[in-house]
Amino acid sequence: MSKKTPFYQSHLDASAKMVDFAGWDMPIHYGSQITEHNIIRTDAGMFDVSHMTVVDVTGADSSAYLGHLLANDIAKLKQHGKALYSCMLNAEGGVVDDLIVYFLDDQFYRVIINSATRDKDLAWLNLQSDGFSDINLAVRDDVAMIAVQGPTAREKTLSLFESNRAELESVGRFGAATIGDYFIARTGYTGEDGFEILMPLDQAVDFWHQLLNAGVKPCGLGARDTLRLEAGMSLYGTDMDESTSPLCSALGWTLSISDDRNFVGKSALVAEKEQGIKQQLVGIVLKDKGVLRNHLKVVTDEGEGEITSGSYSPTLGKSIALARIPAGVTGEVEVEVRNKLLKADIVKIPFARNGKSCI
Amino acid sequence: MSNVPSELKFLSSHEWVAVDGDVATIGVSDHAQELLGDLVFVELPEEGSTVLAGDAVGVIESVKAASDTYAPISGEIVEVNSELEDSPEKINDDPYGDGWMYKIKIDDHSEVSDLLDADAYSETIAEEE
Repeated sequence: MSKKTPFYQSHLDASAKMVDFAGWDMPIHYGSQITEHNIIRTDAGMFDVSHMTVVDVTGADSSAYLGHLLANDIAKLKQHGKALYSCMLNAEGGVVDDLIVYFLDDQFYRVIINSATRDKDLAWLNLQSDGFSDINLAVRDDVAMIAVQGPTAREKTLSLFESNRAELESVGRFGAATIGDYFIARTGYTGEDGFEILMPLDQAVDFWHQLLNAGVKPCGLGARDTLRLEAGMSLYGTDMDESTSPLCSALGWTLSISDDRNFVGKSALVAEKEQGIKQQLVGIVLKDKGVLRNHLKVVTDEGEGEITSGSYSPTLGKSIALARIPAGVTGEVEVEVRNKLLKADIVKIPFARNGKSCI
Repeated sequence: MSNVPSELKFLSSHEWVAVDGDVATIGVSDHAQELLGDLVFVELPEEGSTVLAGDAVGVIESVKAASDTYAPISGEIVEVNSELEDSPEKINDDPYGDGWMYKIKIDDHSEVSDLLDADAYSETIAEEE
């Protein structure tokens, strides 16, 4: 029996095509994935992301615990609502999951982890809390979550919070505000401006309809995937997992490694750096006709690699991919597509952001 | 419910065939384009080449997946819909009209009678669901 978010009926009412996603019945699209993709790049759309797991970390040891758990440094967060993207690593430096953590106060952090990794993550969070005496982990299955994204997403959302407009308008990128029962964060997974909003389950459907009435269009997980790929954002389990470190996953920027803070996986990362990082995750754009797909073989002068996420970019009108290839390779590579070698260029990611191609 | 025009013949792999004298026009069904979602790339057989019924003669790719397309009957490819190269979405918009893929000069008319009629094809897609 698959799990359903509070918006299940709203999806059906909007003619969603539903698919199984990590045990959840979720909308893949509402008619056209490309149309929905373009709505987010040009206007405002919303995703039901209630399948993601929200964990509130509280207690006097919260900061010390997250400092031990996370590869990015929680001490960077000092203001209410401020967000940090981080990986949590295993002892070998592999990625257990990637997450966003919000600072509410120095004894209260909100962590949002992936849905497909929920059980293993919760076990890991608990295991790593050993040795911290004052730490409480509360899974917030009492909230729903909507991501409202696109160039007009902020304004359309603000129109629903007229009495708190000034406070919400002042929320900067990667910040958040608590408005009554709503937690409203200026974060997302599309490369566009917008909000990710947590709300009580019993108010969720009503809020969804308010957004619909404000002109925000429902968009499916299909578009969410092509949007995040264009934005050069990694997908856990696809672009990185427990066998790959952030250093070979284009996530070196998320590591806070040079100070004396110790965290799970740090010694493995230091050793990997000393020995020389052997692989890199790069963006590639297909020059020939066709579509790059996950797991296709990439041929370079320095050896073979593999596409980790491949799809079609509606913004570029070309096929794009993230690929893990030998370190140091630049310029042109070839990808084996149905026994043919097609040419592709290595490019700097992101591919697209804020409505425009970056290529 | 997807559209299955009664005057067409079909393959269970979702190609449709419209016969006009010695020439058959081939495309993919409304049901198939719905399953695939937005099409972004179509690779068609070469004009002038000869194909056998059952050959994989092309590829249609959506954002989601790539799918082989098979020749329903044997013969020479006499025309391909070159507009699909730049506008593969025509298959989504009008699978039985502007979204046609190619035309075959029919070698053997008995192959046409081996194809599914609209009712039989409707049954195969109902079983899939």
